[in-house]
Amino acid sequence: MAVVVELWCVAALLALAVLAVPLSRAHAGSPIVYGGALVLSLIGLGNAVAALAAPAGTLALPLGLPGTGAHFRLDGLSAVFLAIVHLCGASASLYAIGYGRHADAPGRVLPFFPAFLAAMSLVLLADDAYSFLFAWESMSLASWALVIADHRAAENRRAAYVYLVMASFGTFLLMLAFGLLAGTAGIYDFVGLRAHPPAALVGGVVLGLALLGAGSKAGLVPLHAWLPLAHPAAPSHVSALMSAGMTKVAVYGFLRIVFDLMGPPQWWWGIPVLAAGAASAALGVLYALMQSDIKRALAYSTIENIGIVFVGLGLALAFTANALPAAGALALTAALFHALNHALFKSLLFFGAGAVLGATGVRDMERMGGLIHGMPVTAFAMLIACAAISALPPLNGFVSEWLIFQAILISPELPAWGLKLLVPAAGALLALAAALAAACFVRLYGISFLGRPRGPQAAAAREVDRWQLGAMLALAGLCVLAGVLPGLVIDAMAPAVAALTGARMPPQAGVAWLSIIPVAESRSSYNGLLVLVFVAGSAALVAAAIHRFASRAVRRAPAWDCGFPNAGLRTQYTASSFAQPIRRVFGATVFSAREQIHMPPPGDLSPARFRLRLVDPAWDGLYLPLARAVWALSGRMNALQYLSIRRYLALVFGALVLLLLVLALWG
Amino acid sequence: MIHALLVQGLQMALVLAIAPLVTGFVRVVKARLLRRRGPPLLQPYFDLARLARKEAVLAQNASWLFRAAPYLIFAATWVAAALVPTFATGLVFSWTADLIAITALLGSARFFLALAGMDVGTSFGGLGASREVMIASLAEPALIMIVFTLALVAGSTQLSTVAEHMLSAHVGLRVSLGLALIGLTMVAIAENARIPIDNPATHLELTMVHEAMVLEYSGRHLALIELAASLKLTLYLSLIACVFLPWGLAPAGAAPAVLALGMLAYGAKLALGGALLGLFETVIAKMRVFRVPDFLGAALMLGLLGTLLLFVSRSF
Repeated sequence: MAVVVELWCVAALLALAVLAVPLSRAHAGSPIVYGGALVLSLIGLGNAVAALAAPAGTLALPLGLPGTGAHFRLDGLSAVFLAIVHLCGASASLYAIGYGRHADAPGRVLPFFPAFLAAMSLVLLADDAYSFLFAWESMSLASWALVIADHRAAENRRAAYVYLVMASFGTFLLMLAFGLLAGTAGIYDFVGLRAHPPAALVGGVVLGLALLGAGSKAGLVPLHAWLPLAHPAAPSHVSALMSAGMTKVAVYGFLRIVFDLMGPPQWWWGIPVLAAGAASAALGVLYALMQSDIKRALAYSTIENIGIVFVGLGLALAFTANALPAAGALALTAALFHALNHALFKSLLFFGAGAVLGATGVRDMERMGGLIHGMPVTAFAMLIACAAISALPPLNGFVSEWLIFQAILISPELPAWGLKLLVPAAGALLALAAALAAACFVRLYGISFLGRPRGPQAAAAREVDRWQLGAMLALAGLCVLAGVLPGLVIDAMAPAVAALTGARMPPQAGVAWLSIIPVAESRSSYNGLLVLVFVAGSAALVAAAIHRFASRAVRRAPAWDCGFPNAGLRTQYTASSFAQPIRRVFGATVFSAREQIHMPPPGDLSPARFRLRLVDPAWDGLYLPLARAVWALSGRMNALQYLSIRRYLALVFGALVLLLLVLALWG
Repeated sequence: MIHALLVQGLQMALVLAIAPLVTGFVRVVKARLLRRRGPPLLQPYFDLARLARKEAVLAQNASWLFRAAPYLIFAATWVAAALVPTFATGLVFSWTADLIAITALLGSARFFLALAGMDVGTSFGGLGASREVMIASLAEPALIMIVFTLALVAGSTQLSTVAEHMLSAHVGLRVSLGLALIGLTMVAIAENARIPIDNPATHLELTMVHEAMVLEYSGRHLALIELAASLKLTLYLSLIACVFLPWGLAPAGAAPAVLALGMLAYGAKLALGGALLGLFETVIAKMRVFRVPDFLGAALMLGLLGTLLLFVSRSF
């Protein structure tokens, strides 16, 4: 029974979390805890992969609320996400065996790390609303504790506070969503909910609540504000786990509620999902381009990738609702594939950022540069991750974006006009996001790893230890593997997709030459393996030919730089100057970017000054007004604290009558 | 099968062999229009041979990425160019990568070129890379939208299928295809660093983009990058020719005589495209860098409009 094995893994992880409290004081405590988490994640990973095609297994335990008990279920969808989360967990644990040795206060990280892993698994296994919400909130709290692990920095405390508020908000909305789904009958196990799909109007409200509740966890714009604060604040292996793993759990929550529990979708359900996804994809990457903190740029890029996943989900909803199940299966497969891909390369990117942070002690890209010389292996792994996330063939990021584009090309068959006009716009935003992502990662890689060192820390950087390199190289290998053999991934996800959309993509295993064919051979096909072979083959061929027949001599000389070499490091492009053209094109409208240049008159020896002002539309347009309103409202409500006992009784009586009235009208 | 492989191999060799010729031809046309004699038609071949024979001079702090990038850029561009039908459709490996993948392969080449520009850490390299990614951030989505338009008309993203569909009788004149042609031409001009976006003949100017990125390259590395640039120009001309002027394309499994005819037609199309490009470059002035987004934004809007029209009705 796969579900039993998974629950034992959860129990073992929780036991490890308890054990970690005394272990964190021991010298060898950190490798033991992370080694244990690595083994348990690998067991869970093998078990989840084996369960991908197996029939769903269920288990009820006498835990939780009296009378209902705790229900657990492992079906195809859970298995896909369990595999993703365990993969992230295993790689993060492997990385942390090396990385965690340098932690100042291991007692603040070690107990919460296995607990966080256990809570994420538990969300994916839960089969009733109570267990689901309990696990969801435990996941939030464990990750909150990890965010505040380094509590001395004021910005980390602020990040943790914002995260706690937003996480509670998300859970609150999900609680309302489950409450509406349960209705007055009060059914809370998923089997019962599935049997009683909500009415059209209630379904629409639940969709909105699920989109806001799960979307705030996943980082959809404009609910993303906590994400770029909280993810970078945690230690790097935890940042990787939050960005790569926890956002996927949020995607799972949305999928479970909307695709599984709510019955057949309405025709318009795809519209808000598609719009939120496309906006997140384009805005997330624009935000990322404006950051000079390497981990914050990566966190914003997570928002972009979650947007791409939600575009796929929106398309899948639209197709399934409008009687195009095969196209729905294609879009859903693309979304799940992208979720897996993002887990792979975003873990790798955060590991690389952590390695850089460990080697240099800085997170600001403006003080890096030239790290490729001191850290060649890290630089190689990061190069693969940057190419993969920029959707370059033959790596994995391209395959999932290609599948989403193929799904968009089917969408003229949709009957509804709203969708017909929205889908091409979403496609254009997606293409824009892909191109901007390439720009963003050229910038990230070029500024931090290439060029000349911008500071003494960067010049002195040395390669990290074998554990960290092993984790990074393993993930880089998986990025290549998923890119050249996408048919395996698509086939592995087919049972989960078939359960949700009622159709599946054509089987890819039998296609000649390991190509993938999403719809029909005459329509489109792609073969990552052959692209890799052709590119590598022709590069090797031309290299051999030139070295054999022309010249192989190399001479080192000072840089040419058009005849005016300037040794000053200040003449290098910086992260912010690299982004300046894009800031001019997009930033003026999105961020109200204003550049002020103060140039002293000739003869004046004072330095010229450049000031850049960016306005964050989400903070200034939404959160600050909201915070002010809450503040004002709480000021008014403050009066309620000083009432007489008669007034309190009247208040209680009035509230009771109102609630009973609502119940009588609704029930 | 042997026939198909032969045609594929012939096309790969052909694009590689004639790419410098196309570049040289455009230069000759531009020189003649300016009433200069200009360099010989075969000058690009002489340049490549000279560069390949010379030793490569590397900056002191150039990394392995700097040395590997030219090979990767060349390989990605060549593979992309080999997938575009030139004189015959039915390429044996055309199912390996469709139009979207060809776009992305060119994106890979650009990714490594921009990184190589930043490797030495000079101000020119950073300037070129920074502007290149800005141009690409608009040109690439524009190209994707144009690909969408073509794919919706032809019902396929496979380039061979698109070309065969364009040859069939029931395509006719369409608004969306007109928009796509204009958009694709604009993207092609930008992607190949031609006037008015960039000047392929400029040096030591703050307006340059492509040349600024490759400033530190020399010898065989520079030869490969120049060859890749020529290949890219040939690719775009072939792409426009095979989609919008598909006449003369030999179908799959055609007899040698038909193939020869296809080759003649292909030569004529390239000459026409090259001459038009030379004429266009001669009569237009280079624009400021920050006008480029307007130019490419227009291409993006044209592509989006074409796609939208086809979403509204398949008959546009």
